[in-house]
Amino acid sequence: MEEVLRVRNLVKEFEGKRVLSGISFNLHRGEFLGIIGPNGAGKTTLLNCLLGLVTPSQGEIRFFGLDLATHRTEILARLNFASNYVGLPLSLTVMENLLVYGLLYGVRNIKSRAERLLKLLGLWEMHREKTRHLSSGQMMRLCLAKALINDPEILLLDEPTAGLDPEMAERVRRLIKEYQKERGLAVIFTSHNLYEMEDLSDRVILLHEGRILAEGPPEVLCRRFGAEDLEEVFFRALAEAEGA
Amino acid sequence: MPRPRRILGVVARQMFLYRRSVSRLLDLFYWPTMDLLLWGFLTLYLERGALHLPRFVSFFLGALILWHILYRSQLAVSVSFLEDIWSRNLLNVLVAPITLTEYLLGLVVISLIKVGLAFGIMTTLSVLFYGFNLLKLGAVLFPLVVNLLALGWAIGFVTIGFIFRFGQEAEILAWALIFVFLPLSAVFYPVEVLPVWLKPFSLLTPSAHVFEGMREVITRGTLPWKHLLLAGLLNLVYLSLGLAFLKRQYQYARRMGLIPKIGE
Repeated sequence: MEEVLRVRNLVKEFEGKRVLSGISFNLHRGEFLGIIGPNGAGKTTLLNCLLGLVTPSQGEIRFFGLDLATHRTEILARLNFASNYVGLPLSLTVMENLLVYGLLYGVRNIKSRAERLLKLLGLWEMHREKTRHLSSGQMMRLCLAKALINDPEILLLDEPTAGLDPEMAERVRRLIKEYQKERGLAVIFTSHNLYEMEDLSDRVILLHEGRILAEGPPEVLCRRFGAEDLEEVFFRALAEAEGA
Repeated sequence: MPRPRRILGVVARQMFLYRRSVSRLLDLFYWPTMDLLLWGFLTLYLERGALHLPRFVSFFLGALILWHILYRSQLAVSVSFLEDIWSRNLLNVLVAPITLTEYLLGLVVISLIKVGLAFGIMTTLSVLFYGFNLLKLGAVLFPLVVNLLALGWAIGFVTIGFIFRFGQEAEILAWALIFVFLPLSAVFYPVEVLPVWLKPFSLLTPSAHVFEGMREVITRGTLPWKHLLLAGLLNLVYLSLGLAFLKRQYQYARRMGLIPKIGE
């Protein structure tokens, strides 16, 4: 499979404190990569580095063979991002938000693209509604529509199901997975929900104190740690790391 | 090369916002109208009543309208940026493939629209209520206005730079920073009335030359070449420094991981 992202020896320090330490991994086209770890493990900092919001102290990030430090705009046109913690302007309608992001991402035929996405995500009936009238589940689906507006090759999702009820979280997971399979999208996904990580991910990276503690497909990690599921892997790996 | 579609995206976001927000639309028209009515009648009283000050309406209302151009141009740039913070939308914008220059150009276009509306309403009301038409200054009005816009943008860029560095705590500067320039700009009085030690500082602001230039046109009817040239040169320096400051703070914020925390 074609490599779309290569991270090598990524280090990030804030005022002498190391929050990412020698992170290296690859991502391939069509792959679903889950990033898990306890609070403060460095998951969000890693995502922010990948998005160019935080400048790494050392190391290299290459998307599609291009260096993020020198080709940021070109790379960002082929990525997109959604997070449960980042909103969209509430005073704009659902459709207006997508039109704005369509323009920012240089999308052609924005209206028809937005209409297709809203129908896919079950939001077409709301396209004239102000965004403030959406429920949290609808808001997350709108954030996903925004994240798919440019038909990205890589999607970065920061806890997209956090705060959603189980039914809505499941619906969002299915939508992401179906779209990913259909379009051959590469996805990087952070979550505290290890059940969904196991369900969705082709490969998982477990971060702890800014380092990669374990990496591999969920079933391989379960075998390696003699665990039943990813949750057990998580606790055993952390206990091992803290014991060491 | 800046891409027009992406600049249009920044503009469209604000246009959609204003189209749907009565309070924002009111704010756009309310303060220019109130300022013009309050200070207009006072100047009328001073010119025709108590003090018999010749051309006082022209000086004062001309200055007031031009001051609003400066004030509103910087406010439009800073507040449009703040709107993205208030709506928790800034990260989405900053991870879109838009350069900082394109984003700032979008804010500049928005400021032109907002200033144009405020200028239109103030000029119309001053003709209707006081018989004073600023447009009678003629072609010289154009460089005066351009210089005020440019200074407003430079101050707006500095404000955004401070917000990148210090977060939302610094948002008060969007309303406060411009008032440092009010006494120095000699908006409602000539530079010569300032204390001797303050005059050099005043003459280092582009706006002081704009307002001196406006008074020269009104009193002597001559083109204030010297003031226009100095204002233009000073604005080049202010804009360059404002942009450099903003870019430096943006890079610092990215290095220190401050951007995701803005608005928290």
